Amino acid sequence: MSTGIRKPARKIDLRRYPGFVHLAVFCMIILYAPLLIVAVYSFNASTSITLWGGFSLQWYEEVFFGLESAKFKDAAWNSFTIAISAAVVSTCFATSAALGMLRAGEFRGRPVSFALINLPLMVPEIVTAVATLIFFNWINFERGIGTILVAHIVFCIPFAYLPIAARLEGISGIYEQAALDLYATRWEAFRLVLLPLMAPGVLSGFLLAFIISLDDFIITNFVKGAGVETLPTAIFGAVKQGIKPNIMAISTLLLVLSFIFVTLSWLIGRMGTDSGRAAD
Amino acid sequence: MNAETGNPSAAAAVEVREVEKVFGPPTTGARALAGVSLNILDNEFFTLLGPSGCGKTTLLRIIAGFETVTSGRVFLFGDEIEDLPPNKRPVNTVFQQYALFPHMSVAENVAFGLHRLRHPKAEVAKRVDEALDLVQLGEFAARRPSQLSGGQQQRVALARALAPRPKVLLLDEPLSALDLKLRQAMRVELKSLQEETGITFIFVTHDQEEALTMSDRIAVMSRGEVQQIGTAHDIYDRPRNRFVADFIGETNLLDVTVENVDDGSVACRLQDGGLLQATPSGEAAAGTAGHVSIRPEQLVLVPPQEPALMQGVVDRLIYLGTDNQHLVQLADGSEIRVRTQAAQQAEKDFAPGDKVGIRVNPGTARLLVD
Repeated sequence: MSTGIRKPARKIDLRRYPGFVHLAVFCMIILYAPLLIVAVYSFNASTSITLWGGFSLQWYEEVFFGLESAKFKDAAWNSFTIAISAAVVSTCFATSAALGMLRAGEFRGRPVSFALINLPLMVPEIVTAVATLIFFNWINFERGIGTILVAHIVFCIPFAYLPIAARLEGISGIYEQAALDLYATRWEAFRLVLLPLMAPGVLSGFLLAFIISLDDFIITNFVKGAGVETLPTAIFGAVKQGIKPNIMAISTLLLVLSFIFVTLSWLIGRMGTDSGRAAD
Repeated sequence: MNAETGNPSAAAAVEVREVEKVFGPPTTGARALAGVSLNILDNEFFTLLGPSGCGKTTLLRIIAGFETVTSGRVFLFGDEIEDLPPNKRPVNTVFQQYALFPHMSVAENVAFGLHRLRHPKAEVAKRVDEALDLVQLGEFAARRPSQLSGGQQQRVALARALAPRPKVLLLDEPLSALDLKLRQAMRVELKSLQEETGITFIFVTHDQEEALTMSDRIAVMSRGEVQQIGTAHDIYDRPRNRFVADFIGETNLLDVTVENVDDGSVACRLQDGGLLQATPSGEAAAGTAGHVSIRPEQLVLVPPQEPALMQGVVDRLIYLGTDNQHLVQLADGSEIRVRTQAAQQAEKDFAPGDKVGIRVNPGTARLLVD
């Protein structure tokens, strides 16, 4: 190794590249230091957002029982209702889409369909937001919770689709054939065999859609009606009047929730893949 | 076969009539089956044997209902079935990869078909027990498929397919994933299962040994066509054409010219002048060229001074455990395989470089007319 000549490694080890560790540490700091600071300062006893004044839970208390708590509770209620409904509906759409794409055989326009399903991931969100707003105005749809919900359902579909399709792709069609061979109808083959096998993917897609909807700001901000707030728009509104530590507390709560859901989504998506795929 | 009247044969469990299957566009697509007709009798262990790509699995999937026919008809006990979906056909399949439902226990897997047929619960339980006992897996009822060995999973797949008591059981290379010992044991087990249950088995394999040991009758397939249908003895001892002779077991194919035809026996002139009596596979005419097939075990090596049909030099001796295989080079450069039983003939073995004479056991040479 010291001669500078070495046999080709079986697998390229990224860690051997010069400066890899430094770059990695730098990126981690850029990405996570702000989050960490917000989380730490949410427990600050002082009203300053930059000076540490000891540990306290007062900002969390403020979030739940303070002057602005009613506003945040309304926003949280809106956020959760929208996120759950949007996740349920978009997961249904995404599951159907995955079945159509992966189980209906080759059909004309399949590549186009694939692109269309995934396009929203590529289109800048601000474009989608403006377009959605124009669309709602054009059809004279009154803005409010309804418009937010519809918009969320639409942009959550590709997020739900990805883990569902990934899971479905790993399930051999032989199981459905075996079910049909054993006198199951098409619906029974789906309900009793395919759906249980793809359930982790569906759940994973649901959780991802839920958290994407819960976190969304840009589109929501465009299509929400006056006076209707979700948590992200409420936080944004509060920040405009100056950053107070209770914002940090709410942000931390959201962060923890996101973290839990993304982790769950990942774990569930992996669940059973060892046995499920080995049997293929 | 009642091809003229158009009536399905009453005795046949499955009748396949002039079935053609083209994947893709009808004119340019891949032709998997090029007009296959066969009758599979009730209570028969019938094997579709052929190399990969010969259409045997396609034919099985057509009988199961997973593929449609491009043209032709399929009858099950006299009823036309090619329009029925798989779940409406009283046939069950044992898949090559078993396809056990991984989220269900062994018992739930076996019960699946019975539940779909709306059998009462008590009867389902009884028949699941019976089916699992049949394959000696009663004690594993509560396990998941992933907790079983390959051989056990194979038997669960069998029990699952047998539990609804199908009229015909389709087996798609079910033994190919097992190791040799298990495969040999399962051959015996499958054959006795078929006899015990009285169900017609249609077995697909590319393994000729499997086909020869289990089947009542075998259809040898190649390039989407049936080459020969017959018992194991028929196809091994009386191959109809060159493909069958070559594919089933080992054989030596010699170029010959037909010298003389005398009802049931033909005299064939070998390249190096020897004259050989052979039974023809069809109508043979004097003066035509053809191939004679002789199995390696029907040839005998003798010292060069003794009278023999052919002369050659031993090129190689291969020890195969039970047998010794001699590769003998003839004067014209072609090579002939001769098999001797290792236990009996050890002292008679010739070494590489030895000159030898080759004799043919009388009545074992077959002239292939095709």
